[in-house]
Amino acid sequence: MTPSGHAARHPEVWRRFSPRQTVLRYAWYLGIVAVATWSIGALDIAWFFFLDAHVQALDLVTRMWPPDAGYARKVIGPLVETIHIATLGTAATVVVAFPVAFLAARNTTFNSFTWFIGRFILVASRSVNTVVWGLLFVAVFGPGPMAGIWAITFRSVGFLGKLVAEAIEEIDAGVVEAIEATGASRLQVLWIGILPQVLPVIYGTTVYRWDINIRESSVLGFVGAGGIGIVLYAAINQFRWQEVTVILIAVFGVVILSEFISAAVRRRIT
Amino acid sequence: MSTASPLTQPGDARRWHRIRTIENPWVRNGMIVLAAAYLVWSTATLEINWIRVGEGFPRAANMILRMLPPDFSRWSLLFKGTLESVQMAVAASFVGMLLAVPVGICGASNLVPRPVYLAARTFIILSRTFHEIIVAIFFVKIFGFGPLAGVLTLIVASTSFISKMLAEDIENMPPGQLEAIRATGASFAQLLVYCVSPQALPRYLGVSIYRLDANIRHSTVVGIVGAGGIGQVLAASFSRYDYDFSLAILLTIISLVFFGEFFSNWVRNQLR
Repeated sequence: MTPSGHAARHPEVWRRFSPRQTVLRYAWYLGIVAVATWSIGALDIAWFFFLDAHVQALDLVTRMWPPDAGYARKVIGPLVETIHIATLGTAATVVVAFPVAFLAARNTTFNSFTWFIGRFILVASRSVNTVVWGLLFVAVFGPGPMAGIWAITFRSVGFLGKLVAEAIEEIDAGVVEAIEATGASRLQVLWIGILPQVLPVIYGTTVYRWDINIRESSVLGFVGAGGIGIVLYAAINQFRWQEVTVILIAVFGVVILSEFISAAVRRRIT
Repeated sequence: MSTASPLTQPGDARRWHRIRTIENPWVRNGMIVLAAAYLVWSTATLEINWIRVGEGFPRAANMILRMLPPDFSRWSLLFKGTLESVQMAVAASFVGMLLAVPVGICGASNLVPRPVYLAARTFIILSRTFHEIIVAIFFVKIFGFGPLAGVLTLIVASTSFISKMLAEDIENMPPGQLEAIRATGASFAQLLVYCVSPQALPRYLGVSIYRLDANIRHSTVVGIVGAGGIGQVLAASFSRYDYDFSLAILLTIISLVFFGEFFSNWVRNQLR
């Protein structure tokens, strides 16, 4: 049969989407664009700010360069404080997050009420940004690194707890059953049956969160919660731009280094 | 029965013991000692005013008492701030999504020449390293206070996040398809349309939706440095010690984030 003859016998043309799917797809696109334009339009952005933006940016760059090399010595103290806040906050997180994760995992929680409590703690912790937690704890404990450590802990519990809870829900139930069959207490089941199974996840997420926390603690100082953010905020407010450059370089170095360490450790664990 | 089973005789290598992450006891205990030493050193060097910290607990109780019950009476202000945050998040996600396409393609080493790749990767690394609030401060300096600085901050963060994922996705594509389309004599644009987009599109959309949800979370915080949204309302209420209004704002943020996460999960499930 010739191709044209074939086409005459089977006039239908192959289409990837049915007409209904096509209409639906375009409706989605239209909806997305409509919502986006509405959002951009409703923000009443002062577009004339863009007119001199490049001048302002260039002005900023010339003020920031060259970095004030003599200032570098003074950055080390706050930088170490930043790392301490992140590390101690992460350490405290592990202690708090583990029990919360147990409440929030369906297979280890006591009843639906405790499950709800666990889930609520995780959601509330994650919804409030570290800096907002910092704002709260500066009001409680006064300015300083203590507020920063609490802020880091309160934000990280939700992150670590959620991932550990998911890991607990996915453990091999056979191991738990086997240990229960030996007459082990609830605590022993937890210690021998469940903990070893989720330990790699705990290590991995803790190291990962530590590296995020280094970045987060670099700005906690903006609300007075200690670390390098305090000197950065002061330098910006006093227009000492050459010192700002030094601080930014320091932050960049530490964040990259911590990311590198975290990636290396996680590669060894998994 | 005093004779133990042959499996559990002392000194038997097959005797059961708990699985350790670090098998060597010297290394394991050494790590614990190091961790303890770090704890002592760090708490000793941190300048913590312990008296002030001790005062903190009654203060916290007092603060919680003043927070309760949450005050929703200024709901119009609350609604306006929340709406602004959502609008900032949506606008930033949309623009970031569009900008991430060229940046992501430039960041894929198997598609573009080396200098372009390095430039795109430098942008991605730089904007990922600095916290949103640092970026926000610079935009506030350049563009003045208000939502514009906030939107630009979120755009930078979204672009670098989505483009990083996109670039990695493109780099992980099997080289066969790429070679096959190239062998037909396709132009670079045709290569993108017929080879890259079908493979990268589903994950790109998923990542973009995830970013919308992340932007809702971040839009609540850029306001603290004056970049608009609900964060600005929160910072203002806090500095006026309006704690009951602050709690209302916090509860609003929590429910907003919860809803955003729910929505993002739902859409990603639909895409799958």
